[in-house]
Amino acid sequence: MKPRHKRALIIIAALAVIGIAALLILNALNSNIALYVTPSEVAAGKAPKGQAFRIGGMVRDGSLRRDGLTVHFVITDLVKDIPVAYTGILPDLFKEGKGAVVQGRIDANGEFIASEVLAKHDENYMPPEAKHALEQAQKNGSNK
Amino acid sequence: MIPEFGHYALILALCVALIQGVLPLVGAQQGRREWLMLARPAAQTVFFLLAIAFVVLAWSFYVNDFSVLYVAEHSNSQLPVVYRLGAVWGGHEGSLLLWIFLLSTWTILVAQLSQALDEFMVARVIGVLGLVTSGLLLFVLTTSNPFMRLLPAAQDGRSLNPLLQDPGLVFHPPMLYMGYVGFSVAFAFAIASLLSGRLDAAWARWSRPWTTAAWVFLTLGIALGSWWAYYELGWGGWWFWDPVENASFIPWLVGTALLHSLAVTEKRGGFKSWTVLLAITAFSLSLLGTFLVRSGVLTSVHAFATDPRRGIFILIFLVLVVGSSLVLYAWRAPKSALGGKFSASSREAFILLGNVFLVTSAGSVLLGTLYPLLIDALHLGKISVGPPYFNSVFVPIMIPLLVLMGIGPWTSWKNTNLLTVIQRLWLAGLVAVIAGVTIPLIMGEFTWLAGLGFLLAFWVIGSGCMQIARQAKLGKPTRSFMGMQTAHLGIAVFVIGVTMVGAYQEEKDVRMSVGETVAVGGYQIQLQDVRLVPGPNYQAMRGSFLLSKNGKEETILYPEKRSYFSSTMPMTEAAIDAGLTRDIYVSLGEELSDKSWAVRVYYKPFVDWIWGGCLLMALGGVLAMSDKRYRMKLKKQIS
Repeated sequence: MKPRHKRALIIIAALAVIGIAALLILNALNSNIALYVTPSEVAAGKAPKGQAFRIGGMVRDGSLRRDGLTVHFVITDLVKDIPVAYTGILPDLFKEGKGAVVQGRIDANGEFIASEVLAKHDENYMPPEAKHALEQAQKNGSNK
Repeated sequence: MIPEFGHYALILALCVALIQGVLPLVGAQQGRREWLMLARPAAQTVFFLLAIAFVVLAWSFYVNDFSVLYVAEHSNSQLPVVYRLGAVWGGHEGSLLLWIFLLSTWTILVAQLSQALDEFMVARVIGVLGLVTSGLLLFVLTTSNPFMRLLPAAQDGRSLNPLLQDPGLVFHPPMLYMGYVGFSVAFAFAIASLLSGRLDAAWARWSRPWTTAAWVFLTLGIALGSWWAYYELGWGGWWFWDPVENASFIPWLVGTALLHSLAVTEKRGGFKSWTVLLAITAFSLSLLGTFLVRSGVLTSVHAFATDPRRGIFILIFLVLVVGSSLVLYAWRAPKSALGGKFSASSREAFILLGNVFLVTSAGSVLLGTLYPLLIDALHLGKISVGPPYFNSVFVPIMIPLLVLMGIGPWTSWKNTNLLTVIQRLWLAGLVAVIAGVTIPLIMGEFTWLAGLGFLLAFWVIGSGCMQIARQAKLGKPTRSFMGMQTAHLGIAVFVIGVTMVGAYQEEKDVRMSVGETVAVGGYQIQLQDVRLVPGPNYQAMRGSFLLSKNGKEETILYPEKRSYFSSTMPMTEAAIDAGLTRDIYVSLGEELSDKSWAVRVYYKPFVDWIWGGCLLMALGGVLAMSDKRYRMKLKKQIS
């Protein structure tokens, strides 16, 4: 092999690596993105079907109910409420009246089955997505 | 009065840092020797002033001076002294001060240890570091001053986030920052050599140990952070692809590529442009990481309450640094990109290919981290990119890299007969295949992914051991050779840990009342009682769990659920029985209505190998740095 060919070989190998990586990335991005949706959007039927998504909002005061290890609560943007069920141990900062983000999908009964509950790690901190949902709901409310 | 001294020292430090940044660089360009001479004393003065500022801040924490806003927000009179000191870098302002202080530490280390280096080079390196220091000091003074007063003073502080009240916090940020900031030295060397037009082997030889040192700190910092998340956050995972974790991991990947590329530049004079570009990229990514963490654009453990001015300042700084260094690069980088000739089966080619994999993986992690920000900025909605994305992209890129790792060290510079290498390596291949098949069977279940993990790990181990044996026959192996082998071995150990945990861990969330037993990974765990115990600044519900195997009692585990007096935030403190081949992890959830408790138990086989592997990698770096050619030959060759 001439040196020129060898160099070409190296370049081709490098391009192949990058190309394969690009394919992997596009494929993975397509199937692993969770969209953030506000409770009002869920109520309006704008939630993605057949795919996991995230809801941000506040945990409604007095909505927490335990049933063994399963917890039921309501996540709200103060306009619309979404009932949520989660089985497992809640994060330390999960509290009624505080912001939270849940990931999962809606079952046939209209209850959101969460596979993951995220609360923040500082009590004075509000998840931006939860804040966004509240602001969004407020804005729509004042427009009406 | 004392905090004002600190504030004043910071302002003076900025003035001197500007001198350190401007005069030596101009002096080197115009050949004014007396300006060059200012570099070292200026750097020492900046270090001295920053040390004063740092000590003053620590002192304010120590004496509970709640008239300092930052102290009032992050400490509390009940906080134990150790955590009061740890709290110095427990928030945004203090951690930036730490960042700058460490930058200055690196600078004077360079100034002290570079006596043999030509003075123009030293002046330029110190000058570039001075410019970076000035930029960050300006940032601290204008947007994040830790010495702001709170008048009238608070009665008591708001206290440190309970999550951060842990020995891990005392070490994790300084370690990580040492690494982050350390890439600034490689960056400064690269910029200095672009300025002087002297991109040669001597330059690579000089930056190599510094880059390795930064890489060692970064490796340890990331490992500590991961370990801390594992036992303190109560989640039991060791990596979450959290944006902030990624922000430290991306520079690590690029830094690893840089280490290897520097080897080619040092030994063969090749890859010069590529090496310079990597040095610029590694430091820019460290800055980007700081931006991502500190600006609050990301939702994460590390996100602090935000001030948009901060984000914009760092962004401008980042654009300036990246922009000016890339312009300089485009203008001055050597034209012949690959340097000396080499064949497609040479060591150069293997390192280049490995570099491509590392950089590609860094790019894919970066993309996943920034993608949600991008989508949000374009008003296309809010999304999150989850761990499955990272796993499905990152892992496949690492597989060929591990294959290369077994072969690369056997090749020689310029050209290698691959056939003879493969003939030598058949034994390692055989060991790998046997391990890949039998270990999963011993563990009780064969999965392809687990098989592949063990196969690759033992491929690297086998190849490494064979090479060490061969080298030992030829004479005493050099430290840099042993360093390389140790670091690669560390990767293999890490892969074993990851594979074991990924394939064979057991996790159970259960409801337990006193006396009940749950079985996990062949162990029985019985809840004996839960009682209230007092702590220095909290009280805790403490559970006692009896761990036994086949009826034989092993130990008692005490997980806690703490409530801190100064905050309403409860805090889960997991109990871990650690072992060489497995960890048993118990954490206490909430009390349920019927006198029972939600309990999380994990069986984690070989999980400590993950951090053990990182330790080995760091040890490898230390060995390579201590190679004698960096100590003795240097003086002869360069002076």
